[in-house]
Amino acid sequence: MTDAATRAMTTGHAARAPLLSVSGIEKSFPGVRALSGVSFDVEAGEVHALLGENGAGKSTLIKIVSGVFKPDEGVIRVDGRETQLNSPDDARRAGIATIYQELLLFPELSVAENVFMGHAPRAGGGRLDWVAMRARTEELLASLDIHDLAPNRIVGTLSVGNRQRVEILRALSQDARLLIMDEPTAALTEYDVTRLFDIVRRLKSRGVGIIYISHRMDEIFALADRVTVLRDGAQVGTRRVAETSSAELVQLMVGRRIESLFPKIAAKIGAPVLEVRDLVRRPMTKSVSLTVHSGEIVGLAGLVGSGRSELAQTIFGVTPAESGAILLLGEPVQIRSPAAARALGIAYVPEDRGTQGLVRPMNVRENFSLASLAKVSRAGFIDRAAETRLAEDGVARFNVKASSLDQIVGRLSGGNQQKIVLGKWLANQPRLLILDEPTRGIDVGAKAEIHRLMSELAGAGLAILMISSELPEVLGMSDRVLVMREGRLVAEFSRTETIPEAVGAAMMGGHGAEAGRVA
Amino acid sequence: MSATIIAPARAGEGGFLRAFASQEGLLAFAIVAVAILVGLDNARFLAVRNLSDIILGNAYIAVAAVGMSMVIVSGNIDISVGALIGVLATISGSLAVAGAPLALVWAAPLIVGVLVMMLQGAVIAYLKIPAIVVTLGMLSILKGGLISVTGGRWITDLPESFHLADIELFGILPMPVVIMVAATILAAFWMRYSARGRAIYATGGNAEAARLVGVSPQRTVVMVFALHGFFAGIAALLFATQLKVIQSTVPPNLELTVITAAVVGGVSILGGVGTVVGSTLAAVLIAEIASALVFINVSPYWIHAVQGVLILVTVVADILRRRRRLAGG
Repeated sequence: MTDAATRAMTTGHAARAPLLSVSGIEKSFPGVRALSGVSFDVEAGEVHALLGENGAGKSTLIKIVSGVFKPDEGVIRVDGRETQLNSPDDARRAGIATIYQELLLFPELSVAENVFMGHAPRAGGGRLDWVAMRARTEELLASLDIHDLAPNRIVGTLSVGNRQRVEILRALSQDARLLIMDEPTAALTEYDVTRLFDIVRRLKSRGVGIIYISHRMDEIFALADRVTVLRDGAQVGTRRVAETSSAELVQLMVGRRIESLFPKIAAKIGAPVLEVRDLVRRPMTKSVSLTVHSGEIVGLAGLVGSGRSELAQTIFGVTPAESGAILLLGEPVQIRSPAAARALGIAYVPEDRGTQGLVRPMNVRENFSLASLAKVSRAGFIDRAAETRLAEDGVARFNVKASSLDQIVGRLSGGNQQKIVLGKWLANQPRLLILDEPTRGIDVGAKAEIHRLMSELAGAGLAILMISSELPEVLGMSDRVLVMREGRLVAEFSRTETIPEAVGAAMMGGHGAEAGRVA
Repeated sequence: MSATIIAPARAGEGGFLRAFASQEGLLAFAIVAVAILVGLDNARFLAVRNLSDIILGNAYIAVAAVGMSMVIVSGNIDISVGALIGVLATISGSLAVAGAPLALVWAAPLIVGVLVMMLQGAVIAYLKIPAIVVTLGMLSILKGGLISVTGGRWITDLPESFHLADIELFGILPMPVVIMVAATILAAFWMRYSARGRAIYATGGNAEAARLVGVSPQRTVVMVFALHGFFAGIAALLFATQLKVIQSTVPPNLELTVITAAVVGGVSILGGVGTVVGSTLAAVLIAEIASALVFINVSPYWIHAVQGVLILVTVVADILRRRRRLAGG
């Protein structure tokens, strides 16, 4: 799409009320302010991209627009009329359809059945009109110029790209005028991406408005007319794509928050603790080599799906390496299981504390001692006094707010839960700490405390490998930043040379920078 | 570093925690309350003979429920235990009638019980097949096998020495009660204070988190099933000797009564929560209600309906409790 065409498209509709406009949207969850004062609109035939880091509020915003969440404040207008979207069904009636990253299809049913699930054409007596269903699916396929998808194919046998097309057909079958696409290319092959772009352009020319969420700069520059950047739940800017550059967008995403974060205190960097050489674990870890020294925090940046968590799990023995070497304090080690990793003094605080870190029905004391039961046990029996001391120490050290050690952890706030997961591992006195998204989804205060703790631990000689999708966190806390993309380390920056734009560009790949220059 | 800040409990939480901690207290209260209410209507219910019969006749259910509780806490279930108890009782009785040494007669059901349950545990843990499917299969195999091998005949003429249930420790303590209490206390202590006991709760509460701290959920599940098999073996010995005759048809729905005892005893069907003290008290309560129905002139067949109500009330309470507990996260 040329600039001229972009302008023609957007100005052509400017006289009419926008398809969708939201203004002054506020949304809070317990302890977290997810959105504050977000206003944006989508014209018919416009692709409006939403850009922001994880936790910036993109998902919350699209859930509000698709009727999943109710905003605390703010107005939603469809075709200029104020509209309440109290349920996904309301949104559907208003002509809004959402295609989530995890496709919501019935794998055992056919393409036509999936497309018309819930609104199938009826014949007499309430029976399904199969002939009409197939015919209308054919029509929809033809309208998008898709010729390799038969209406009676079983969806479970289709490729990811084709399944996504089924979702798009489903939205169109409900006469959707606004399509929300949440990272639609995350799981697609290059060929499918090209076809998706083709479909998006076709829909656009038909007057469908599209909210397009993506981390990939090149896609935004290839498809979008405008882009709105969110940061920490606030709208930091809306730009015409033709008038911005990827450098400016990265700047907007990252902002100036780096200085306001708790900075890492300079620690004495000692001998290598972890050395990884040519580590391979298919499909996501492709020959990775890195070193983490005592007292050092190494930040692992990259997009979601770049293979960072997989690398961490391979080092920790969850998915043992297929080849390559791991050296701990200079000694080659074999890590075939998490138990082996633990015995070697490695700790891993997983990405999702709910499903991987906490045992929610257990209380604070039991969660704290879980990784160091051997230390507080004698002859296989737990010394309750020692266990209580361990938990009391942890509660004090991490400033956990709980009513007592007997409180069930499921009821604590996210920040306190994260402190317990961290404390559980530190009770075991590790030499290497791997943190996977250590501050995701927790409030600013708890975040600062966890950063302070990381700093102290590094000061005490612990080696820390930190995975984070928040660029300011990576830049603020790390002595060195490694950037991972598609299963490989693609760039390394020392603390003095980290520039947000450079790290951002390395994360997203070369295309983004080029597209930015062209625009 | 700042000092510990322990915030006061939120309103209602103290009450909820207390209620949670005292599922056992609630059951003990119910046992006494039922005895008093039924005793007011029919004083013969309170006769020592009747009360001891209630416990003696149902101790095997409480013992089996100890193992069942461990299985459910670990996040699994076993519906084959009723059939297994029938098979183990028959094996033991047949050996006794054939004149095998007493040590073998008593050891055989324990060993076979452990092996059968370990096999099931291994299939569940390592092949990752849901426990309900594996144990349903085993239930059919054992029930069908038992009736085919015995041809439906009962085992009678059991030698006197075989009658474990008749032994009275120190001349006054009946063996079924001694075994029930000992099994409950030992298992409760072990579940609460041993590292392996803790691993069961961790596996049932969050298997992935357990795996990441180096607890093997697979090994834990196999261990739990092995213990369950051991308790099933003891239950089979008590069952076989209380009637002096071994029927090739186990009491129908025995597995359901055992599961009911565990669940009513406060073991969460979602795993990770519960104690064996609760399950033993629940087994006693269910037996007491079954007997009480007779004394207040209600058809004893109503016991199944009563069990059903108990299960539903406990499970609904458990789910509501858990929802409240998880709401904060």
